Amino acid sequence: MGAVSPDVTILYDTIRWEEKELLKAGRNAGLKIQMVDCKKLALNLEKTPDDYGVVVQRCVSYYRNLHSTAALEGMGVRVINCLNTGIFAGNKLFTHMLLKKAGVPTPYATVAFSKDAALDSLDSQGYPMVIKPTVGSWGRLISKLNDKDSAEAVLEGREGMYPIYQIHYLEEFVKRPPRDIRAIMVGNKIVAAIYRTSGDNSWKTNMALGGVATACPVTAEMEEMCIKAKNAVQGDIVGVDLMEDDKKGLVVHEVNNTTEYKNTVRVCGVDIPSLMLDYAVQQVK
Amino acid sequence: MTKCDECDADISIPSDALEGEIVTCPECGASFELAKGSDGFDLKPAQAVGEDWGQ
Repeated sequence: MGAVSPDVTILYDTIRWEEKELLKAGRNAGLKIQMVDCKKLALNLEKTPDDYGVVVQRCVSYYRNLHSTAALEGMGVRVINCLNTGIFAGNKLFTHMLLKKAGVPTPYATVAFSKDAALDSLDSQGYPMVIKPTVGSWGRLISKLNDKDSAEAVLEGREGMYPIYQIHYLEEFVKRPPRDIRAIMVGNKIVAAIYRTSGDNSWKTNMALGGVATACPVTAEMEEMCIKAKNAVQGDIVGVDLMEDDKKGLVVHEVNNTTEYKNTVRVCGVDIPSLMLDYAVQQVK
Repeated sequence: MTKCDECDADISIPSDALEGEIVTCPECGASFELAKGSDGFDLKPAQAVGEDWGQ
């Protein structure tokens, strides 16, 4: 670690546009920014930690992110987002339960603990439904189950996978426009939001899968809902994903604890990295 | 400017490049991570997208 105490440490495992812009924003603000590559980090858990200032957790790997946060936070370092947020927001089932408890509208869901239980539940509830891994990102292994044949095929494939993929999280297929909303929250404010419109021939809206970003106006209703969603997972800086249900209106289906924001900055023109750092520095004053 | 290990095309490294940054070959699409070398940056193959990556 450097000789000068940093104001902010950016903990990363890959430098994407987001991390580079955080560094630039910090330098522009006159902050002492320390970049730490988590892949090179070994923390002796029995020693007093080095001086990190406040850590902005940006590891793209879920497991590296969660465990480095656990270690640092346990050693007394302030990490944004905190360990609980990583645990809660990193798991769609945990998030669902907390959103419901907080009174945040969220798509109906069922969790089934075996293939047969999932098929029985689908038989009684009907199709289509969406199956999602409880832990996962970028739309991977999320499938729309249109009928029993497709459900059997997908569930059969999960049987040979790591046990987390045998927890079957089944979500209603929300009737909505071909888009969802990603709202970036810094503290109790939506600093910018985008529509993510599905790419060609896909019902998924993830930018990683070819979704197209356009600016989304922020409403008071949306912000109130996002504040509740952020607080439900004890978050500081999060990306809240919402859908516009034809009948229920806005519903929150996900909260992201290490949100990407490149496309949001590009289409909204908001300096999200500076806002993140301002917020982070305030947390340790 | 450096050469792609895969296809030998020229890869330009941005002037504000950082160690750990990912650069992509404009011709073959191979990704490389910038690692500190004796004279600027060396390229090493970037980790493929991990199973647990993303948000």
